[in-house]
Amino acid sequence: MQNKNPVIAKVLNVLVFLFLYLPIAVLIVFSFNDSKSRTVWSGFSLHWYQELFQDEEILSAFSTTLTVSVLAALIATVLGTAAAIGFHSMKRRPRHLLLTINNIPMTNADIITGVSLMLLFVFTGNLLGFSLGFGTLLVAHITFNIPYVVLAVLPKLRQLNPNLGEAAMDLGATPWQAFWKVLMPELRPGILNGLLIAFTLSIDDFVISYFTAGSEVATLAMQIYAMTRKRISPEVNALSTILFITVLALLLIVNFREMHQTKQAEKRNKALQKDGVKGGAK
Amino acid sequence: MKTKTPAIPYVVWMAVFVVVPLLLIVVYAFTNYDGKFTLENFTNLDVFLQVCGNSLYLAAVATAICLLIAYPFAYFLAQTGPTTRKVAMLFIMLPMWMNFLLRTYAWMSILENHGFLNQLLALVGIPPLHIINTDAAVILGMVYNFLPFMILPIFSVIEKLDRRYIEAAQDLGAGKLQVFRRVIFPLSVPGVISGIMMVFIPSISTFAISKLLGGGMSFLLGDLIEMQFLGSAYNPHLGSAISLMMLLLVIIAMLIMNRFGDGEEGAVMM
Repeated sequence: MQNKNPVIAKVLNVLVFLFLYLPIAVLIVFSFNDSKSRTVWSGFSLHWYQELFQDEEILSAFSTTLTVSVLAALIATVLGTAAAIGFHSMKRRPRHLLLTINNIPMTNADIITGVSLMLLFVFTGNLLGFSLGFGTLLVAHITFNIPYVVLAVLPKLRQLNPNLGEAAMDLGATPWQAFWKVLMPELRPGILNGLLIAFTLSIDDFVISYFTAGSEVATLAMQIYAMTRKRISPEVNALSTILFITVLALLLIVNFREMHQTKQAEKRNKALQKDGVKGGAK
Repeated sequence: MKTKTPAIPYVVWMAVFVVVPLLLIVVYAFTNYDGKFTLENFTNLDVFLQVCGNSLYLAAVATAICLLIAYPFAYFLAQTGPTTRKVAMLFIMLPMWMNFLLRTYAWMSILENHGFLNQLLALVGIPPLHIINTDAAVILGMVYNFLPFMILPIFSVIEKLDRRYIEAAQDLGAGKLQVFRRVIFPLSVPGVISGIMMVFIPSISTFAISKLLGGGMSFLLGDLIEMQFLGSAYNPHLGSAISLMMLLLVIIAMLIMNRFGDGEEGAVMM
């Protein structure tokens, strides 16, 4: 079934990618523009990149975004993995109920999640004497991240041989050892996947942050939204370009390494098979 | 390793940060500023109905366009080799690393009256199009931002489709079109439903896209809610009432989806 697509299919797929990357190209090109205009090109310059590294507001918003995304992704991964392990050993009915609640923040509109958390934070904040800020922002991010981690880890648990843990313990491992040395390596791909999804979602989130961060703390997305009322500084284009290129480079490196490894493995397999055939002919 | 205890922290977390906040919305929706029970928030829903109609319409059009683009895209992509598929998926996800507000803002530069699109059209001699600040621009913004959420679930369903079904249908004499209509499409319905949900719900509730590309001309449910909580018309009780109505829409959509999906994990495939 490979590469039998008609020409029209290729054209369509190229058009979709053009559509997805057109505005990104505009952003990147205009981060090098000499003037502040976002439609008129007036010459190449690295002006905005220089300005960027002196702009306290943007840099602090960026560091808030990174801090909250890293912390939220890590905490959500720990809580979510533990939850998935617990859910997995439950009976069908309670598990089904909990997974339905787990689905709520994923399926629900972001704005409702944001608004409902804002009501909770303002309400309890008045009682306990705290206000919206970094803490509430972090809690909100963890809340919308965990469901994705749970759903990334659960399938790995289902694939697991249920006797594996017992076998380890029969051979003298403590439950803790059985968990770390036997279960963990099996679950790792799911956990890493969950971590990555959680981090990406946190970086990209605007709506929930907007309602839960208050007026003292701002993420990059909130800063950008505030700027859209007047005009977005090309400094933001510059920052996004740097981010985009970094992520692109990381993804390419990881993938080339993986592809290289699979190719090597294939070569080795082929060589082994050849040897096997020769051996058999003797 | 059968133990339920590791789930306890998250169960508590869900109770406090998922269930209680939703209950608070219900409480706020049925009370007034003094904390007394009232139905007042639901009686002044003229504006709501009007905005709701507009939101549903725009979201439905955007979802339909997404489906029309995403289905063939995902279908053709699923026929390519494993490397192409993997790289293509990476490039579908990659734009998410550039903030969506920024990408939407870039569309402003493209669609503006003196923007790139009209500059290009002028070169070819076509009169300028007025797109920015219209419903068309808002729909384009929705399609642009949510298209990957339609592609991913459809693609992952078609990719995992058991090839033997297709071969069996061919062996039994089905033509290309018949194989698609009677085998491939019915089997891909769960992905389609999940994609529709993942595009439709953010589309009815967006407020930033309509503000940037609609220029305040098209006012959506999201804008209405935002106004009650952080905007000029501060009234969290009315805002909660509107949120509650929207929540009902979401629940109805979820129930429809559960009928099609396999219940537990049909919801998200990423």
